[in-house]
Amino acid sequence: MKKIINKTENPVGEMFDGFMAAFKKYYEPLPGMTAFTYKNRRKGKVSLVIGGGSGHEPMFSGFVGRGLADAAVCGNIFASPNPNSIYETAKAVEEGKGTLFVYGCYAGDNMNFDMGEELCEFENIRTAHVRIWDDLASAPKERRELRRGIAGDVFVIKIAGAACDAGYDLDEVVRITEKARDSLNSVGLAISPGTSPGADSPMFELGEDEIEYGMGIHGEPGIERTKMQPADVLVKRMYSELKKEMDLQAGQEIAVLINGLGSTTLFELYTVCYNLEKLLLGDEIKVYDTDVNSYCTSQDMGGFSISFLKLDDELKQYLDMPCASPYYTKGVMTDEG
Amino acid sequence: MRVDETLKMVIAACDAIIASESYLTEVDQKIGDGDHGTGMALGMRAAKEALFMKESFETVNEIFKTAGMTMLNSMGGASGVIFGSFFLGGVRGKEAITELDGKTFLHIMEESLDAIKKRGGAGVGDKTMVDALEPAVLAMKEKDSDCISEMMETAARAAAEGVEATKRQIAKFGRARYLGERALGYQDAGATSVAILFQAMSDYLKEQKTGC
Repeated sequence: MKKIINKTENPVGEMFDGFMAAFKKYYEPLPGMTAFTYKNRRKGKVSLVIGGGSGHEPMFSGFVGRGLADAAVCGNIFASPNPNSIYETAKAVEEGKGTLFVYGCYAGDNMNFDMGEELCEFENIRTAHVRIWDDLASAPKERRELRRGIAGDVFVIKIAGAACDAGYDLDEVVRITEKARDSLNSVGLAISPGTSPGADSPMFELGEDEIEYGMGIHGEPGIERTKMQPADVLVKRMYSELKKEMDLQAGQEIAVLINGLGSTTLFELYTVCYNLEKLLLGDEIKVYDTDVNSYCTSQDMGGFSISFLKLDDELKQYLDMPCASPYYTKGVMTDEG
Repeated sequence: MRVDETLKMVIAACDAIIASESYLTEVDQKIGDGDHGTGMALGMRAAKEALFMKESFETVNEIFKTAGMTMLNSMGGASGVIFGSFFLGGVRGKEAITELDGKTFLHIMEESLDAIKKRGGAGVGDKTMVDALEPAVLAMKEKDSDCISEMMETAARAAAEGVEATKRQIAKFGRARYLGERALGYQDAGATSVAILFQAMSDYLKEQKTGC
């Protein structure tokens, strides 16, 4: 497997230093850690810290900036950051108003962030967390706290950042962020596996004519393996599951994210959007906003996920508030021009 | 057992994991992420380095704390917390220990087990490292000997049996959870690491003829 990396024990460290070199105008690294803060971060408000394993770029580091997170803490490849880095990162950005941690729901992240929060408590830093569990294929609806966080992270971080910007207290920021999390679902499929940097074989094996439906972004097995099918068939199945899961009715407004998993082209993702649009129109589900990009990747995995965020006036307001980072911008380009 | 001997025992345990890196990778690749061997070896190398950096240790507590904290803050992931707690969990808030006998070590391991179960939420039968650790701790308790070497010998055997038992279990945690029955027949990598740790500590004590 060819990958443009060096012969090193520490590929994450080199990647991180490269990221910092690229964006040193905006960001500042925390000494000795793969964590950084936004130089122009919020003052006098609740701070937002995000994080998780590396390997999903631009998630999470790409979502730090104006109207987004104040800091990100990055772990090893597909492994949660450690409690001390989490604590030090929170300490670096806290303003006495409390810190909200937003991260994907995985055993490692849950445990490390919990311990990070305990370290914060010792220092009297008030904290809270919202775990993202949007992947409907990873556990039944009744056990959603066992579900994984995937591309839906984007919406939750965006809305959490807007709620922090609005100047609410920690409880209110948590309420709004949880509302976004609970109005959200995603489902994904892979047409080819990715390979971890330095690994000599792909994360899983998949036949040339096969797809894995509902797999995770670390190569976790999905719920079904089928033959490859045309885009309209793939999209229809994913749409039907989202619609059923979220009980989408005619007239409901939603925001859509079509997320590429790493090696899938925009050409393919727009084709997905074409098929999805027809289905949504047919059911009279109103699309308020659509995003098509590769935000939450699994190295060079081929495939995509679809995320729906159910909207009401409150969530729309936070979705539309301006935000900007090198990888994610909202609220600048409007329908008025 | 004196503090300096305890240090050597912990280092022997680190070395055993480092030497098993590719074996652990192989075990984990069957049903897990495939990164357990690399992660454990990384943590153990860091722990060893931290233990060597310090000139000398006054207490057993410091040794376990140094090893545990270093693993916790170098590995990350679920294994960082769980195996960090393996060393840290039992010495937290404990009075200074300058002589490690079997009973004291049992208390440390009992509290580590509690801390791990509380943190991770896993119990026996869930196909995790608890399936090796809990039987090992119970075996230490049943042996109830003043001889730490004898206790560790039975503990190592119980841990190895625990690893075998994980082959008959469906996973409740980690990547293997999504495999359901497809995980049957394969052992858990975390449990394998626990068995390696206990075996290494037991071997060290037997070779040195210390600890009784």
